[in-house]
Order: sequence, then C-alpha cells, then structure tokens
Amino acid sequence: MASIPAQASVVVVGAGIVGNSLVHHLAELGWTDIVQVDKGPLPNPGGSTGHASNFIFPVDHSREITDLTLDSMRQYKELGVFTESGGFEVARTEERMQELRRRMASARAWGIESELVTPAEVAEKVPFLDPEVIVGAFWTPTVGVVDSVRAGTMMRESAESKGALTVSPNTEVTGIDVEDGRIVRVHTTKGEIATERILVACGVWSPRIAAMAGASIPLSPAVHQMISVGPVPQLAERPGEISFPIVRDMDTFCYERQHGSDMEIGSYAHRPILHEPDDIPSNESAKLSPTEMPFTDEDFDPQLEQAVELMPEVLSNPEVEIRYAINGLLSLTPDGPAVLGESPEVKGLWSAAAVWIKEGPGVGRAVAEWMTHGLPEIDVQAADIARFHSHQRTRTHVQARTSEGFNKTYGIVHPAEQWNSDRNIRLSPMHEREKELSAVFFEAGGWERPQWYESNAGLLEEFGEAVMDRSAEWDSRWWSPIINAEHLALRKRAGLVDLSSFVIFDVFGPAALDAVQRIALAQMDVTIGRVVYTPILDEGGGFRSDLTIMRLAHDRFRVVTGAAHGMVDLKWFADRLPETGAQIADLTSSWTTIGLWGPRARDILAAVTDADVSHEGFRFGTCRTIEIDSLEVLASRISYVGDLGWELYVPMESGLKLWDLLFDAGREHGLVPVGLGVYGTTGRIEKGYRAFGAELDSERSVVEVGMSRPKVKPQDFIGRDAHLRHREAEPKTVLCSLTVDDHTSSSGEKRFMLGGEPIVSANGEPLVDGHGRGAYVTSAGSAPSLGKHVLMAFLPPAEAVLGNRLQVVYMEEFYPVTVASVDSTSLFDPENERIRS
Amino acid sequence: MNILVCIKRVPDIAGSVTLDDTGAGIDEAGLGHTMSSHEECAVELAIGTAAATGGTVTVLTVGPAEAVEQLRAAVAVGANDGILIETADPAAFGPEDIAQVIGDVVRDRAESGQTFDLVLLGDDAADTGDFQVGIRLAYDLGYPVLSNIQTLSPTDSGGIEARGIGPAGTEIFTVDLPAVIAVHEGGVDPRYPSITGRMKAKRAPIAEYDAPEPSAGNPRIRLELPEVKQSSVTVLGEGPEAAPALVDVLEEIGVIRP
Repeated sequence: MASIPAQASVVVVGAGIVGNSLVHHLAELGWTDIVQVDKGPLPNPGGSTGHASNFIFPVDHSREITDLTLDSMRQYKELGVFTESGGFEVARTEERMQELRRRMASARAWGIESELVTPAEVAEKVPFLDPEVIVGAFWTPTVGVVDSVRAGTMMRESAESKGALTVSPNTEVTGIDVEDGRIVRVHTTKGEIATERILVACGVWSPRIAAMAGASIPLSPAVHQMISVGPVPQLAERPGEISFPIVRDMDTFCYERQHGSDMEIGSYAHRPILHEPDDIPSNESAKLSPTEMPFTDEDFDPQLEQAVELMPEVLSNPEVEIRYAINGLLSLTPDGPAVLGESPEVKGLWSAAAVWIKEGPGVGRAVAEWMTHGLPEIDVQAADIARFHSHQRTRTHVQARTSEGFNKTYGIVHPAEQWNSDRNIRLSPMHEREKELSAVFFEAGGWERPQWYESNAGLLEEFGEAVMDRSAEWDSRWWSPIINAEHLALRKRAGLVDLSSFVIFDVFGPAALDAVQRIALAQMDVTIGRVVYTPILDEGGGFRSDLTIMRLAHDRFRVVTGAAHGMVDLKWFADRLPETGAQIADLTSSWTTIGLWGPRARDILAAVTDADVSHEGFRFGTCRTIEIDSLEVLASRISYVGDLGWELYVPMESGLKLWDLLFDAGREHGLVPVGLGVYGTTGRIEKGYRAFGAELDSERSVVEVGMSRPKVKPQDFIGRDAHLRHREAEPKTVLCSLTVDDHTSSSGEKRFMLGGEPIVSANGEPLVDGHGRGAYVTSAGSAPSLGKHVLMAFLPPAEAVLGNRLQVVYMEEFYPVTVASVDSTSLFDPENERIRS
Repeated sequence: MNILVCIKRVPDIAGSVTLDDTGAGIDEAGLGHTMSSHEECAVELAIGTAAATGGTVTVLTVGPAEAVEQLRAAVAVGANDGILIETADPAAFGPEDIAQVIGDVVRDRAESGQTFDLVLLGDDAADTGDFQVGIRLAYDLGYPVLSNIQTLSPTDSGGIEARGIGPAGTEIFTVDLPAVIAVHEGGVDPRYPSITGRMKAKRAPIAEYDAPEPSAGNPRIRLELPEVKQSSVTVLGEGPEAAPALVDVLEEIGVIRP
C-alpha cells in the first residue's frame, strides 16, 4: 500500500471539481509538495461532483458568480470538456416573464448574449416542448454541459505531471492538529502529514473536516432530487451527449436536460431535505455513492405531472422508463454564496466549499491566487469565509437558512428580500422603543434594524409628492415612501438613527499607530480626537473596505465599519498587525451607536449636554467624550447621510437611556426616528457616497471611484505602490452619478430602477469600459431632496461627461438618464455646507 | 388470469451492512428500501402473464405503513392494485405467520368474489432468506407449489408452464391452477417505471388492513453478520510496463505455468 508523504506545503482534502481545480492552479502558480487526499476512489470519489447534472447557465444576477462562471467555462473549454447546447429558462407566468426581463438586464450588464423569445421559438429548438404551457423564455446560446469528472482528472494529472502533487485516494482525514492557533499536522488513514496549510474542498463533508481543527465551515448537505428517464426516441435519434437545448422550467423549479438518449429531470421544488455531514453513508455502505442518497418518490411526485405538462410527447411515453433516481446531495450555505478563504478561527485552514460545477474551476483559480499572493483576479469577497458572525455558524442558523434558501434556487428573489427564519438574534437596546414606533425591521449580520418606521406615516402628508411614491409592485416591494419622508424630515429638521449593528474594534498597544498606518490609505498619525474616513486597500490597490477610524489615544484607534462586511475587516486587520506591540479587541457588542443628524441636530444635542457642541467647539471630523445626563458618550462628528450631526457611542446597556434622552429633547425640534432606508440608500446616494460591495471592490482603483486625495501620505501602506501607479495612469473607468430623466414606461406607469440594470448609449449601444466591463447600475435610490431617482454606475471615461445623455434599461424598456456627477461631488449640497455648518 | 404477488419491503443494501441495536434487524439509517430482487422478477412475470391472459395483478405485503411505497412501486410498473397488511413490527412475524396472513387474504377475497388463480412470491426475502413462505402458503391453501422458477407461460389448457434452473439443468413444469409459485431472479428483466406509471401508482387503490397478532411462535431471534471478506485492489502498473507483474500474479494463482 502506497504510503503518504510525511510533509506537504498544503494538504488538499477532496478530489471533486474544486479540489482538482485547486491542485492544478496551485501547481501552475509554482506550488510544490502538494498532497491531495480523498476518502473515496478515483476518478469519482463519491462526492457531489460525481452525480452533478453538469450544465452551465452563465447569467446570474450576481456579478461575482457570473465572473466565476465565465472563467470556469473558459477553463472547461480549454480542457475540451465543454459542449455547447444553448439553454432556455421558460416562464409559465407573467410574474416569471418579469423576472426573465431582469435576467436580460443582468445578461446585458455582464455582456452575455441572451434574448427573450416566444413560445414558438422555444418549440422550434425543442420540438417536444408544448408551447401552450409557457408564455415566453430567456434564451442563452452559450449554455452548455461539461464533463466535470474528466476535467478534474485532467487538472489533477497536470499538477502531477509537473511533479508538484502527490494524490492519495482512499485516504480519509482522521484528525487535524492545531498549535498556537495554527495548523501543524493532518492525520490520515495512511499516516501523518506535517503541514501549515489544509485546504478543505470536500463539499458536503467540509464542516466535518473543519471541526477537526476546531473551526467551522457553515454549510449543510441538502438534497436535490434528480431522475433520469429513457430511452427517449426523440433524443436517441441524434448522436452525442446533448443536441437539444437545456430547459429550465423556472416556475416549477425544475429542469430538463438531455443526456444521450435519456432526459434528466432535476428539482428544486421539493421540501428542503437536509442531512448532517456525519450521517452521510460511507463509500462502503452506500448503494450508489455516498452523495446519491435513496430517492424519496413522494417528494418528487408533484414534479412528474408538471414535467409531463411541459414535454408530454417525450415524458408520457410508456416506453420511457425512470432508470435512475437519486436524492443527490449538494452544499448550501446560510446566506447563499460559497465559503472561500482562510478561516478566521484557525490560521492555515482554508476553505473552498459550497461551490457549484459551474463555478468550480473559477473558484479553484481564485482561491489558489488568494493563497499564493492574496489577490484573486476575480473579487470573491461576497464568499469570504470570514464574513460570518458567530451565530451564523451555529447548526440552528445554518439549518434554518439553508431550509429557507433551498426553494429560492429557481425562485424570484427580490434584491431587498429579507429572510424569515432565525430572526431576532441581535437586538439593539432601543429595540422595544422601535417596536412601539412600528418599525419595519430588516436584518444585517443578525441585527434587527429598522428600515423605516410606520409611525412616520404622517410625514407622507407633510411632504406630499416629494416622497416619490412608486406604483409598480416590484419597485415598491420591500420599500415604503415613508423612507423618503423620513429623509426629507431629517433634511428639514433632524433624524435619529439606530446604528447598533456597526462592527467596532480597537487596535491598541505601543505599535497601534504603525499597524493602522500600514493598513489604511489615509494618514493615521493625526491628533487624538480626529476621525478619519479611509479606504483600506489590498496590495493591488483595490478596495478591501472603507471605514472610519477614530484616534482615541496615542496608542488606541477605534475602527468602525458595517455589519455586512465587518467580520472580514476584523480578520483583515488582525492578520496584518505587527508581531508584537499591537492587539485587537472586538467591541461590537460593547458599544451601541445612535446617529443624530439634520439642521436641528446641534440644538437637540445642546439641549442634553453642557459640552460645547458649536461648530467651532466641535469641528467636523473630530470626536470626544461628552457628558449627556449621567452618561459618558463618545461623540463623533461625521456623517454618512451628508448632514450636520454626530454618531454617539455609549455602552450597549446605556443605549436605551441615550435614545430616550435624545428622543425627548428632539420632540420640540421635530426630530423623527429614521430607518436604514435613509442611512443606507437615500442619504448617501444624493451625496454620492460610495458603498463597499456596490461601488467599491478589489477591481476598481481609488482613482476610478473618484476618491483619490490631493496627496499620498509618505508612510508605507498596503497597496501604496499600486495606488501611486493608478494615480499616474488614465482611469479605465469612471464612477458617475446619473439622474433618471423620465420614468414613464410604455404602459404609462412610472418605473424605478433598483440596481443592477445596464446603462447604454442614447442609441442603445452597450458601453464597455477599459476593464472590459459593461456599464451597469451599482446603486440606485431616491434622492428626495433633489426630486430625482439617482443611479451610480461606472462609465467608460469618454462617456463620463457631465450632461451626457444615456439610457438605462429596466425590464427591457429604455429610460433616458443624464450624467450628473463624474467624481465624488455630491448632487445635493455639493459644497458640503450642511456637514460643515 | 388474476395473480397475487407477495412482496416484502427490505433495506436496499449494496456494500457493508450494520445491525441495529436489537441485533434482529439491519441498521437502516441512510438506506433506501426496495422489494427483494426475486420479487421484482415475480412482479414482472405477473404483469406479462396477466397481460397475455387478460387478467389482473394485485400486490400484497405484510409490513410497516411505509411498505406502501413498495406496493406503489409495483403498481408503477403495471400492477393494478395493492393490499397492505400493516404491522409496526414485521420482525415478529415468522414465515408461518406470514403464510397464514396471506392465506387468510386469499380466502377472504375468494369469499367476496375475487379469486386469485396464481400466487407468486420470491424464493426468499433479501434480508432474512428463510425460503419457507411459499411452501407454507401452498400447504395452508392446499395448492400445488413450485419453487426456483424463472419464467412462466400460460398453457392452452388454462394452466401454467413454468421453467427454472435445477441441479441438472432447466426444469420444466406444467401446473394446474390455482397454484403457488416461488420465483428466482434471472429469468426476466424487471422493467423500470414510466413517468405515467408512477403518476398512476400515486392514485392506485391500496387496501389496508391491520395485521393479526402473530401466533405461530417462530419469529426472528437475531441476525449475525457473516465475516467480511477483505478485498483489496493492487494496481500492478499501467501500460506495457505492467505486463511482467501481471504474469507473476497469473503464475502465482496458477492460471499459467512458468
């Protein structure tokens, strides 16, 4: 029996599409002494790759997923294992047709050839489909199928042929040793391997392997049912594996995919059926493979009738038999994206899990690049394993959200759609007050955050037409005109915002300044009491984050960032502290934050404190502790809504008292509670403030997003060289704000874009920037103070001209827009007089 | 010809088997269920014979409520209806009890006007392997019985010609009806269900009765796992270079001489 190497640069666990792609790309990037183990045999060790339906539809609403898919398709083609078939997503309902129009928007935005077609056009290519059952379809000619097992084998062999890889099948990981928080050793059934890195790429078993190191990979094995029926005479007539387009029957959550003379029917319509990683049968005891679980007929029965409706000629043929039927296991995560990157819990434990066939090779390349030099070409931040807050790693949460998410696989998911399960996990100290004010809660990072307050409905009358109400159901789903009314009330008087969900951590110690100086782009050697808003760059000069840092003492800096991305920021900082002299402390649950903004903010604050809060006495961009009643409050004069005011920090347990004090003092000034609808969208968009994950990512430079400052600090910082280069070069793209000139659709109804829509030229031509990216809306929202709907988008530099008339495509209709800002100049209060008043 | 096929819900195992805590059953966690393969062939023979003679096929099982899945699986490939004799503890029923229960059903149905000309079973069940129910049922009903049968064809005189593999070669029997025949797999390929068959099965009538208390007193006591035969694979090499190693092995096991 072959023994296993005693040492490895990295142990890759799993020989499915992800593990195989990873060893290939690691070897390509120069890694040697890679050891790959799998508990199953080769070439199909029994994981999800082995039973995948292996088809790829390139268009996804997520740019990140689409990028990974396109990269994967390219790799599959290079390996010669891709067969183009074309694919339809068919609609049985008008509601689905609207979703397919959104699909068209994504296709245009990502530059993928697609079109909407009639039922007759579908039947022309798929003659056994009954066109009477559908109302239309979305056609993508580049859809195809791959041989993922063959691709994986070729990738593995390419790494072996370089002499970089030892593969050990039938080898199970039995333990992982961690010393001082780092991986040191992997135990297997064939011996021990000393290593500093383990890369977990074993799909549904990944949580089990991570747990051996005391870490978590939050995913659940979940059943996707599939049957294969045949022989189908209509399919057998044509040679090859696939000659008819794949059909996704979106409204029944099913697909029909030709496989030789058989038709595979897969379903995402059945009840969520979750399994535990530890309960998956072994290779020895499984009837087929461990992830091809026994089929449960009763779960699939409803789908049979729907499938027969769509393809009666083929599927009601009594000679066509159900020859194969499985409850196939795949991996689902609690929030949807994959789980990639180094665990924040154990150094050297890397994850590449919950990845679909269509993203496998792309993820393999991205994670290999990440491990090698920290800079994956494709920004995969949405899938970063560090994103999870602690409760999101629990079994209860993972099961609740994966159960809820399963049926969304082919669902119509609104961009603002909220989760229903496992809510009320993190409540701010003001939560009961907010409930009394009939807050409508949205969730971020487990926090329940008021999006708007129904108690503010009276403001609708006060502001009338200015609230820019929306009549179309889709545009107004998960939205209320009250958001815009709250915005106007804040601009006119003052608003109070619960910001408890901020992720807050301190960097402290004698080397704290060196640490933050090296991590932040902005000058951090500032006087105590300064608040600095700064980009955080990677080595390539792309954005890792943007956040504020308060200098609280000569040796203490307080970092404040958002709930969605804050845990990733925490790991980014922690990983980059010097060996000694600086420490990090997560204070998220210690401090609550209340935002007080608006022209009356000063009057209200002055009413509750004796401290000097005058413009001269408390300058913009400064912070200091003030007394409010019996509370010591850290007040920070900054604003993400573009108005005069403060963020007020108090210990969590005193948040309610501060809220009540401000609320009472604000009554005579017309203070209103204001939700995150204003803070997150309307307030920032009319000020042109950028948001990480929307405008800011690792691909676009500080210059391109219009945020470069007159000077670059002399001290070294991460990304400095790249940033200097970017400043010298012509930008390849320019972030602009655009206003929608006319909202009237062909039906006469006014429509409001929500983000993700393509921007095209006045005559409908696509606009492509110097990165090869099509122009699309990165953020969209009402700018109630301007009476305009504002869009942000990256445009090719030649198009980034004030007054340039372009078009936005929404639901396949064209609306005129005008470029209103080509840098970070605000559309509202461009001189920032309010903030600095 | 109206045919009754008796089937049993058994765990669908392929590789290693573990026993449950009682030692009298198989640990079914992660396992699917099926009917025994002899019975799949019995269903197939019944469907063919019924189609040839213009008769019907009824499937019967003694088992837990979930055994309705196996009845519907038989309907999905062409049986007409099913009878579930439900018991929460099938292991309490020995072969004699089962034969008794089936015999009672045959008699009851005859009284209400539905006669079964032929009762088919598998030779033995995949999980217990008792090899007894067929002959005990025949004794109970007073019918002739054949076992180890692989194919059936109706005769002109209204009987059945049955063929099976015996110790000396193919055995051919002709039997008058009614009769009990125990089937051995291998004579026919059981068909897979069609989608329409599966849809029909969902709506097919299944008569359900509670099983009587088992009385014969010979239930299963416990199961024992046979010793697992270790199998290992040694890759001798790839391509022409592997030839000498292969020759060595062939010599070692005596297939060729040096």
